[in-house]
Amino acid sequence: MTLTPYLIVAALLFALGLGIALTRRNAILVLIGIELMLNAANLNLIAFWRFGAHPEFMTGMLFALFSIAVAAAEASVGLGLVIAWYRHSKTTDLDQMTRMKG
Amino acid sequence: MSPAMIEGFLFGLIAVMTLAGALAAALLRNLVHCALSLTVTFAGLAVLYLSLGAQFVGLSQILVYIGAVAILVVFAILLTHGAGALPHLFVASSGWRTGWVAAVVVAFVFIGALLRSPLPQSSGPVPQIAVRSIGQALMGAYVLPLEIVAILLTVALIGAVIVAMPTEQGESK
Repeated sequence: MTLTPYLIVAALLFALGLGIALTRRNAILVLIGIELMLNAANLNLIAFWRFGAHPEFMTGMLFALFSIAVAAAEASVGLGLVIAWYRHSKTTDLDQMTRMKG
Repeated sequence: MSPAMIEGFLFGLIAVMTLAGALAAALLRNLVHCALSLTVTFAGLAVLYLSLGAQFVGLSQILVYIGAVAILVVFAILLTHGAGALPHLFVASSGWRTGWVAAVVVAFVFIGALLRSPLPQSSGPVPQIAVRSIGQALMGAYVLPLEIVAILLTVALIGAVIVAMPTEQGESK
């Protein structure tokens, strides 16, 4: 295997995540789209680490590990915000989400 | 079949599975089905990481994404009553055509750019990275990022609990 197929898969995954984040009405699905974009970036990091010049330094792999941790934190805060907003206004529809003041 | 052909076939299978999960999450109407197809995508990515020789990251992907994030998403969907399908509501937002056009343009720009770039085509042997050396790197050269991530996770945990905590006004409604 070469590097190019992995990068094409990552690019397509990023585009699909961007499409989800831009087109879905539900706030939870927009968060899912952002997670998919982060995952595509992680796949790029791992692929470049594997086919790079010095895989023994583990730079790309550790970057991907930290990225997974940051993505987990982002998901928890984002879903907490969605639940707080749902409790306030009884909807998760982004087209109706025009103000966040309580 | 030669081993390289089998490898390419398996890669294609996993790549199609990963992208099909993401596409199903983009198009399905029921939110729980979207979350389950997202799990398929995360599993496919974990297999891709394992095939690239990053065993620790692949297993972390399974633990964090399939084990935690997917469950969190399902809980959030059920807590916000998103499981009940709303057939009269259109699932896409008001500007969905512009959104898909932007996504397709981004895909073409990325793929066009990487097909024109000089990429390393030959790969060495699969790097054998022991978990021991990952731990030594995390405790040595990468100890500052590790501590910052630890603080970030603590702050995010406390912040998520405080944000989602019911207020007086919320309880009275």
